[in-house]
Amino acid sequence: MNEPALPESAVVASVRNVTKVYRLGGHDVRALDGLSIDFRQGDFVAIMGSSGSGKSTLLNLLGCLDRPTTGQYFLGGHDVAALDDESLSRVRGRYLGFVFQSYNLIQQLSVVENIAVPLAYQRPQPPGGHELCLRLATLVGLAGRLDHRPSQLSGGQQQRVAIARALVNNPHVILADEPTGNLDTATSEEIMGLLDALNAAGRTIVMVTHESDIAARAKRVISLRDGRIASDVKN
Amino acid sequence: MLHKLRSALAVLGILIGVTAVIWLVAMGEGVSFQAQQQIKDLGATSIIVRTIKPTEEANREAGGRTGIAYGLLREDYDRILTNVPAIRRAVPIREISREVRHGEFSLDAQLIGCSSDYFEINRLPIARGRAISDANLKNIDNVAVLAHEVAVRLFPIDDPLGRTIQIGTDFYVVVGVAVQRTSAAAIGGSFAARQYDRDVYIPLSTFRARIGDQVITIRGGAFQNETVELDQVTAVVGDIAAVDSSAEIIRELLGRYHKQTDYAVVVPKELLEQAEAMRLMFSVLLLLIAGISLLVGGIGIMNIMLATVTERTREIGIRRALGATKGEIVQQFLWETVVLSGTGGLLGVGIGFLCGPTVRVVRMGLARLLPEVWTNLPPAIRDLEPRLATWSIIAAFWISVVVGIVFGIYPARRAANMDPIEALRHE
Repeated sequence: MNEPALPESAVVASVRNVTKVYRLGGHDVRALDGLSIDFRQGDFVAIMGSSGSGKSTLLNLLGCLDRPTTGQYFLGGHDVAALDDESLSRVRGRYLGFVFQSYNLIQQLSVVENIAVPLAYQRPQPPGGHELCLRLATLVGLAGRLDHRPSQLSGGQQQRVAIARALVNNPHVILADEPTGNLDTATSEEIMGLLDALNAAGRTIVMVTHESDIAARAKRVISLRDGRIASDVKN
Repeated sequence: MLHKLRSALAVLGILIGVTAVIWLVAMGEGVSFQAQQQIKDLGATSIIVRTIKPTEEANREAGGRTGIAYGLLREDYDRILTNVPAIRRAVPIREISREVRHGEFSLDAQLIGCSSDYFEINRLPIARGRAISDANLKNIDNVAVLAHEVAVRLFPIDDPLGRTIQIGTDFYVVVGVAVQRTSAAAIGGSFAARQYDRDVYIPLSTFRARIGDQVITIRGGAFQNETVELDQVTAVVGDIAAVDSSAEIIRELLGRYHKQTDYAVVVPKELLEQAEAMRLMFSVLLLLIAGISLLVGGIGIMNIMLATVTERTREIGIRRALGATKGEIVQQFLWETVVLSGTGGLLGVGIGFLCGPTVRVVRMGLARLLPEVWTNLPPAIRDLEPRLATWSIIAAFWISVVVGIVFGIYPARRAANMDPIEALRHE
């Protein structure tokens, strides 16, 4: 949180020649096939593609939930492609924010507690965590529901909590996996508005979606096919 | 905790285990303390030689149909005194059941003929009056010392000192009353504890003169004629180190003169050692029971935690994605398990402290509601006073914590080793 702001055009995350090969039913499947992409500070990138195109695999790699078979992944200035499990956990907690299609809030925790979850895994523990959580809850418009459980909230509200949670560790990149996939049109519009606002405030967002009208809200749209880039367009 | 009832049941398992450990240890300690007290009352430096009636078969082989003679002889007493160097003194005893009367009051008492050393050797102080004296023995006086209970029963109002009691056709002057005393350990092959509260003590010489060696009883419609010279000789050695060797000499000595084993040599010191060995065995048994019950409790907790881990797969995936390391997930689940088992442990310790009051309540309830069952219980159970052992409380609590760790590790590791991608997809 005290890190110097990166220049507008600096590369915050970058994959270089990554391949990901799965063994499925006795033969290899190339989910990613020599992919290289740079993500710049303040960008809003939508990744599109049909199922099996490799977009989920790419998101897992970008999220440090998985390692590439070959290639490099630079995040926060380090090559994280070859890190061990514990280091990857630390990298996730430090540099990344996650927004999922199904919100993925912890059911037995309240709104504030859910927002605070990533803070529990920061080393060292940052001070002023509670105030920060309250501020973020206000930012996403849930100041009046701090003690509610996820089950007491609508889908849109839950996704707002998830977005607040993704901001609490001041990440380099926010990774959003179909953030509007479970929401109706009006609520989708609200959530996209929130993401737009965050991006306008300087947040770097990488969003996977298969809806072209959602993708159209991004500044840059990358389409994947068979693990390669089919197109890379700036809006 | 997601499931209050489930957690409560897991806690209950540990609670019962811990309580069982504390209660069983407390009762075991109580029983062994009681036994040791009783044996100590017999005297660690004494050797007790007791007459035992031979079995029916041995009887028939040994004597006629009309009468048998068995047991310790007055000669044996002399032999023991002269041949065993370490023995400082010895008390010969003869005893028989007789009805004792005073006016309208009577009771079945144990009439004991003994020498003047009896009271000191048996640690039986005289409350009022005096003990039987050497002069009484020499003069074959008709004097008696009453046990506390006998004095109370025969003389509910009057002062017994100086009054006469009637035994058979003879009258005895009461010269002393002994203090109240609890029963001593069982000796001489009998499992019943020695009761002191029905005793009437008279000089051994008087016993011989008034009652005699020959006792005629009617059993099964036939007269039975038994001749016994002495029922017991209690010998005391000067040095506790000489107890075992002296007992050995006595066994040898008597074995040489007795064709049949119509006597038993009992060494309280040996009893004490046996009691100690029993206590150890008991402890091992308790450890086993404790181990089993805590194992069962632990398995219960592990079961709960495995179910919890499966149920919370999604949460584990979320936490992993948000930066939790495997170690932190292990920590979280291990902590939850230990909190469960530790709670059970603490509650168990709390209930453990209720052992004494519970035993008292049960005893009172039993005595009041089922008096017959109560009076038929052996005194060891009736007088049982549990003794809480500090070590058992501390051990039981820590064992419950350790059980939490041991049985929590597997579920916690299982949680930590989940693939976060898979876990996030889990429904």
